[in-house]
Amino acid sequence: MVLDFVAPSPQGTSWGLGGTCVNVGCVPKKLMHQAALLGQALTDSRRFGWEFSQQVKHNWGTLTEAVQTHVGSLNWGCRLSLREKAVAYVNAHGEFVEHHKVKATNGKGQKTCYTAAKFVIATGERPRYLGIQGDKEYCITSDDLFSLPYCPGATLVVGASYVALECAGFLAGLGLEVTVMVRSVLLRGFDQEMAERLGSSLERLGVRFLRKFVPVAVLQLEKGSPGRLKVVARSTEGPETVEGVYNTVLLAIGRDSCTKGIGLEKIGVKINEKNGRIPVNDMEQTTVPYVYAVGDVLEGKPQLTPVAMQAGKLLARRLFGGRLEKCDYVNVPTVVFTPLEYGCCGLSEERAAQEYQRENLEVYHTVFWPLEWTVACRDNNACYAKIICNKLDNERVIGFHILGPNAGEITQGFAAAMKCGLTKRLLDDTVGIHPTCAEVFTTLEITKSSGLDIMQKGC
Amino acid sequence: MAMAALRGPAGRFRWRVRAVPGGARGAAGQQCYDLLVIGGGSGGLACAKEGTRWGLGGTCVNVGCIPKKLMHQAALLGGSLHDASHFGWEVAQPVRHDWRKMAEAVQNYVKSLNWGHRVQLQDRKVKYFNFKASFVNKHTVCGVSKGGKEALLSAEHIVIATGGRPRYPTHIEGALEYGITSDDIFWLKESPGRTLVVGASYVALECAGFLTGLGLDTTVMMRSVPLRTFDQQMASLVTNHMASHGTRFLRGCIPLKVERLSDGQLQVTWVDLASDRKDTGTFDTVLWAVGRVPETGSLNLEKAGVRTSPDSQKILVDAQEATSIPHIYAIGDVAEGRPELTPTAIMAGRLLAQRLCGQSSDLMDYDNVPTTVFTPLEYGCVGLSEEEAVARHGEDSVEVYHAYYKPLEFTVPERDASQCYIKMVCLREPPRLVLGLHFLGPNAGEVTQGFALGIKCGASYEQVMRTVGIHPTCAEEVVKLRISKRSGLDPTVTGC
Repeated sequence: MVLDFVAPSPQGTSWGLGGTCVNVGCVPKKLMHQAALLGQALTDSRRFGWEFSQQVKHNWGTLTEAVQTHVGSLNWGCRLSLREKAVAYVNAHGEFVEHHKVKATNGKGQKTCYTAAKFVIATGERPRYLGIQGDKEYCITSDDLFSLPYCPGATLVVGASYVALECAGFLAGLGLEVTVMVRSVLLRGFDQEMAERLGSSLERLGVRFLRKFVPVAVLQLEKGSPGRLKVVARSTEGPETVEGVYNTVLLAIGRDSCTKGIGLEKIGVKINEKNGRIPVNDMEQTTVPYVYAVGDVLEGKPQLTPVAMQAGKLLARRLFGGRLEKCDYVNVPTVVFTPLEYGCCGLSEERAAQEYQRENLEVYHTVFWPLEWTVACRDNNACYAKIICNKLDNERVIGFHILGPNAGEITQGFAAAMKCGLTKRLLDDTVGIHPTCAEVFTTLEITKSSGLDIMQKGC
Repeated sequence: MAMAALRGPAGRFRWRVRAVPGGARGAAGQQCYDLLVIGGGSGGLACAKEGTRWGLGGTCVNVGCIPKKLMHQAALLGGSLHDASHFGWEVAQPVRHDWRKMAEAVQNYVKSLNWGHRVQLQDRKVKYFNFKASFVNKHTVCGVSKGGKEALLSAEHIVIATGGRPRYPTHIEGALEYGITSDDIFWLKESPGRTLVVGASYVALECAGFLTGLGLDTTVMMRSVPLRTFDQQMASLVTNHMASHGTRFLRGCIPLKVERLSDGQLQVTWVDLASDRKDTGTFDTVLWAVGRVPETGSLNLEKAGVRTSPDSQKILVDAQEATSIPHIYAIGDVAEGRPELTPTAIMAGRLLAQRLCGQSSDLMDYDNVPTTVFTPLEYGCVGLSEEEAVARHGEDSVEVYHAYYKPLEFTVPERDASQCYIKMVCLREPPRLVLGLHFLGPNAGEVTQGFALGIKCGASYEQVMRTVGIHPTCAEEVVKLRISKRSGLDPTVTGC
């Protein structure tokens, strides 16, 4: 049985089966990212000989309708899938009342109890609010953006997470005026050199950054769809305050686990009180032996759909299929789908230096100019590739980073190669596919330690 | 160490360089070099630049990979224009394509690469002679400039990297006079219009693909199967996709003659081999893509004693890239038994130069070379085709995992994803070594590159499956391949 229930967001948004990824995450995000990329393609296409009216505008309603239609089909697909496998699905909020027993409350308030031998908690997370005046009343989050019934207009994105940057990116790509307010660093936890390069690429797109500020109040100047909001922000370095007026304020400052209010304390499942996440062993088992957890609620694991899926599948196989395989959380690749995409697998340069000492590392890097950008007259210095190698282990590749188009498609195969023990030598011995962006990794020559210039030359 | 690069007999280089003679003078006023490279293409330049650490153009830059991918991109952008409206972009009709504008942009970029190579050769102190070369004896090469001036050069080592040129089917009346080849298509100033592409090579399909994408009426005439040396199931999917997206196919047909009509159009007569029925058609352009022949004809190889294959006329080489004469080498498309790919030529050139300089003893590994066919729906592959795997190991020892998938970007614009397909050919016995990977879908080159590395690392099916996917991408479907052909189960990926 699956108990799934979506509490409406403060703005009233709710959705169907499939969780964050399908409804308010990966899927609608990538479709909107694609919409923004197509806007860029329209511009490029003129240089490749395509001729059409100079007047090109974007219709937000057409996009959200198309996105929601697809999401709806996925909701339906999930339901069919469960039905086909004879899994009961109840649209209700589950809460432990005692050992082996949950109370399920549906949207109408009706309560039913269910018992089971084993339980899996996969309740995920929801966007965090600032806790300041006006945040819940006037601000939206990623929960609301993908089905927003009106164009957001001039938008302030608060946050520096990949959610913040991805949203800022596609909104700018659709032609909207976007400002990003950042408290300290971009993409905390990611390689900071890559994060800064990514930030620069957004700036080149016209995104304005307000660095080292936090909002202290959101006030409504005018009602509407969208309305007009005034945001007062304070500097993190002194008493300076700044005010701005926007049509929409999008909060993307982090997510909180949905582990409160589901009765975990009643049965003794330990959670991390600070962040609400659930610590588990390598079999995804909580402190209560018959209760397991997978996905974003897990302490110390990557919060990614494919990780959750992999963990869930393997858990089921161990519990009921007699299999032993555990989820492999090492070298999980991921991509930030900003207009210029950032794909990575393994360690950031900072983490690598911490774990292996900088003198034991060799970092190879280069900028590159995708062939498709040449005729399109796009920046020849924006795309960047680097690998971090462990000199003490045959120059084993322990970190892979690429900022460029189709970063996800490129990174996937390299992640598989890293799982097989990729070394610099193997990269050098492998023939590149020409002409692609990915082949740049087979001809990396310049190291950071050499200090040499990394401008790309010729064919 | 002084080096020289000589232009091969047929390279179409548009610049003129007067080389300043240098190096030690040998007998009879010859110039002596340590390394003489004949051919300024991918292999030749890589060898020359590597030898003195610096880097012209050849087929790849001028009439191959580069202009091809740019025109492919132009065609893909046409598709993007169509998709854009589904994603909310309001673009007023009509939308049309101007060949001239595209051609000029592509040609300008190619010229900038030519220039870049010249500069690199200069920076690395490689003397460049824009001369037509031929052997006088095994140590001496005669170079003739456009103006007829002759120079004799000798070298301790000589590398032949003259590549190949498209074959004209000269037995077909009118083929030479009225047809063009890939040497010409990228340099046409005017649109080729209604085009007949003859051939079933990747050159034929790639050209037909982008011509169709640019809105031109395009027909492909094939004698038998498409992409002969590739996995045939994948080849069919490639052509099926093209057929359902506007390219016309005349299968099992061969042309008999090409005539020019009074209005300037070309009339082609062909025969259907199965029915023996003749037919005619009218086209603005006929593009021959029926194979390439090595550029060895005018080199006077016999004067040097360099042997060629009687079948292909390519130069016979060993694992060190050496010809039948120890100090004469051949790399790239001109060498027998080598993949005709730019990156392999480049790598072979670099390694050879390093060996000649005594820097290393590494040989080129020609196994598991990945490649991509840039048809409208791209096909990337590395390793063995299913047929090859079965031939080598037997059907019972081979397990093929496969999936039909739908790129997320295809959903909203309702694009046809019927041919988006992946298959991984593995050994059945644990650890189920991956023998080959075949990916048909957008950005196939980008997807395939990393997996090619995995295969070079000796990846097993298990290792690939343990890799977590990146979501949402097309590439992630590779690490989610669970259905085997043997199981008979439906390999269509479902959402959620």
